[in-house]
Amino acid sequence: MLDYIKSYLSSDVTPGAAGNLFWAFVYILLIFLGLSVAVIAMNWLERKILAHMQVRLGPMRVGPHGLLQPIADAIKLLIKEDIMPAEADPFVFWVAPIVVVITTFTVFIVVPFGPTHAVTDMNIGVLFMLGVSSLSVLGIVMAGWASNSHYPLMGALRSSAQMVSYEIAMALAVVSAVLMTSLNREGTGTLSMIGIVQAQQVQQTWFVFKFFPLGLIAFFIFAVAMIAETNRAPFDLPEAESELTAGFHTEYSGFRWSLFFLAEYSAMIAVSSIAVTLWLGGWLRPFPHWLRGEPSDLVFSLFPGLTFLFLAAMAFYSTARMPKHPYFRVQTIGLAGFGAVLALVGLILFVRPVRDRIQDIYWFSTKVAFSMYMYIWYRGTFPRYRFDQLMKVGWKVLLPMGIGVLILTAFVGVLL
Amino acid sequence: MPDRTTTDPTTYLSHLELGEPDKTFLDSNELIINMGPQHPATHGVLRVILKLDGEKVLGTECVIGYLHRGVEKIAEHRTYAMFNPYVDRMDYVAAVSNGLGYCEAVEKLLNVEAPPRARYIRVILTELNRLASHMLWLGTHALDIGAITPLFYTFRDREEILKIFEKYCGARLTTHAFRIGGCLYETYEGFEGEVKKFLDFVTPKIDEYEELLTTNRIWVERTRGVGVISEKDCIALGVTGPVLRASGVKWDLRKAQPYAAYAEFDFEIPIGQNGDTYDRYLVRMQEMRQSLRIIGQAVERIPEGPIMAKVPKVIKPPVGEIYHSIEAPKGELGYFIVSDGSTQPYRVRVRPPSFVNLQALDIMVRGQLVADVIAVIGTLDIVLGEVDR
Repeated sequence: MLDYIKSYLSSDVTPGAAGNLFWAFVYILLIFLGLSVAVIAMNWLERKILAHMQVRLGPMRVGPHGLLQPIADAIKLLIKEDIMPAEADPFVFWVAPIVVVITTFTVFIVVPFGPTHAVTDMNIGVLFMLGVSSLSVLGIVMAGWASNSHYPLMGALRSSAQMVSYEIAMALAVVSAVLMTSLNREGTGTLSMIGIVQAQQVQQTWFVFKFFPLGLIAFFIFAVAMIAETNRAPFDLPEAESELTAGFHTEYSGFRWSLFFLAEYSAMIAVSSIAVTLWLGGWLRPFPHWLRGEPSDLVFSLFPGLTFLFLAAMAFYSTARMPKHPYFRVQTIGLAGFGAVLALVGLILFVRPVRDRIQDIYWFSTKVAFSMYMYIWYRGTFPRYRFDQLMKVGWKVLLPMGIGVLILTAFVGVLL
Repeated sequence: MPDRTTTDPTTYLSHLELGEPDKTFLDSNELIINMGPQHPATHGVLRVILKLDGEKVLGTECVIGYLHRGVEKIAEHRTYAMFNPYVDRMDYVAAVSNGLGYCEAVEKLLNVEAPPRARYIRVILTELNRLASHMLWLGTHALDIGAITPLFYTFRDREEILKIFEKYCGARLTTHAFRIGGCLYETYEGFEGEVKKFLDFVTPKIDEYEELLTTNRIWVERTRGVGVISEKDCIALGVTGPVLRASGVKWDLRKAQPYAAYAEFDFEIPIGQNGDTYDRYLVRMQEMRQSLRIIGQAVERIPEGPIMAKVPKVIKPPVGEIYHSIEAPKGELGYFIVSDGSTQPYRVRVRPPSFVNLQALDIMVRGQLVADVIAVIGTLDIVLGEVDR
């Protein structure tokens, strides 16, 4: 048994490729935990960032600067009464949030956080991701139908129409990125997520910059389609608060609702991961070829630790600015403690074996985090599209653009 | 007599009944949806029954009265002065305008006129209130269309106006700023300076709102061609205010029948051409700038003198009736007062602009989509306190 566990450590492939079930299980658990923490952090960050964009403070009461707010919310949701409408279809109503959550979490099996940091590497990785993530429409339609109520039904209809039509533009953009892996002398065509990143490494360019501006346009199409795919502003019609109160999850409350919430944010992270993998070089650090060699390797490997130290410095700065009233003593100590934990993590990340192992995960997460920040920024800036306009953008703008980019990519790739 | 209690709400609907009563909504393509009274975008407690074909609106019916407090009936049991604070509770977003209309109507009945200084103070406060009302409209309207940020910007700047009100008369929302015959309070020290400071503060802020919305592609697409109402329909329905002006009718009571001191100021009436939601938005944004112009002139030229006309302690108007209307932020606000010579009015009838404008909802949204209903409710700028009274 112990040998079975140890034998993987010396290999340099994913647990799935090595056929090691134990480590695959450990990776799955880590991803599950990491994702839940990311969703909690995202909840707090979104409220805070949006608040600061809108000249207000956001959560400030539960914990210093509202840091414990997501935990308070989670506890509130878990101990809420479980309500099921009398007219609802009980089984479908029960199973809908589970379908949504399972599909969005399953996607993360193939997300490559690093060359070995993935549960498995499928040779149809991209296809698997697109296929499974689009299954969540099923859960949404089930939720809308099972609620047996007008607003959820309309929300579900909008959602399914929207997700289905944007998937096509999305797929076309993805195909043009997949084409880039094969259209050159060194590359070999692949659908594997790890293979795509490695192709970018071999070709010495992120696909967003390849065949300029074709890669950029494909990335743009994907970036728009992924917002629509995850039902976020400005395409948040299925849950348009001012029109349909809450869309397909109007009748859901408590834990079931929190499952939808979890699924929505996980889906955002999932599609952002696809975008990062396909166009932004996945786990590759900036300029892996241009700034090659010992000194720049060292500088870039210090980034994770420095990031945490910076966060710790922010926490300490806020601690120093806390009101000096005895009422705030617990909060001040808590914030200082939080800063100390961040600083400790930062220092651990400077240790050589750790920082070498964490590199790829750090750069991948940073790129995803940037994409998540864009989500929040869009939400603070744009009004909401109307349903027909949304369809028009999907079918009449993004789809022709996607086809054009695909054809041009093929031509340019063959000619060059 | 059959029992009126039924579990099927469709039997209550007058012109929205389905063809065959034994069929449910699942058997037809039509869907009847109850929007409100508890709905985040109906600006209070408006209930709209929508008949939909998919997302397309086939018809609407407004159900109002959830906020009915019987203001007009209360007036019959209060003296003229006692009723004055009640009018602030109708359009609570523009309480100062309501008070101005009522005070001027009673003054007309008594045949007295407020002294010039009082009239200037009235103009300044009323125009500030128009700004506050338009800011609240802009924030909530943008929120309905999905832009959440302008709401916080407008509320931040509206706060400055409310601070001026609070300093002047102690109240922020339901101000009761004016009295019959003039104003009770003299302006506080530094009033003019503070108003001027506010003008300098708010002009770039309005530019900021316009920067966020006016040329925003999504905003333009969501509002242009939505909720179109023609000039003729507007006049036939009695629609007034910015909604009427956006349809191209240059009708503003401040110019047409000048009251208070409006005849002495130089300002323009912004009008639109298409009568759609985008034009109404532009007209209101222009109106905010024109209000700033009026306030600027009034603060410059405010005369010295008394602020209260000679009004008897006990107000007993002669037998007769009067109709007086002003241009409230939402349209023509009229008061029809019948006096029987006693200390209490025999009847007070209010012509609330929100109530009349709400009639246009059905004409504006027929054939459009559900999302447009929300946009149109926002653009009509209704306050349910005034609709229901």
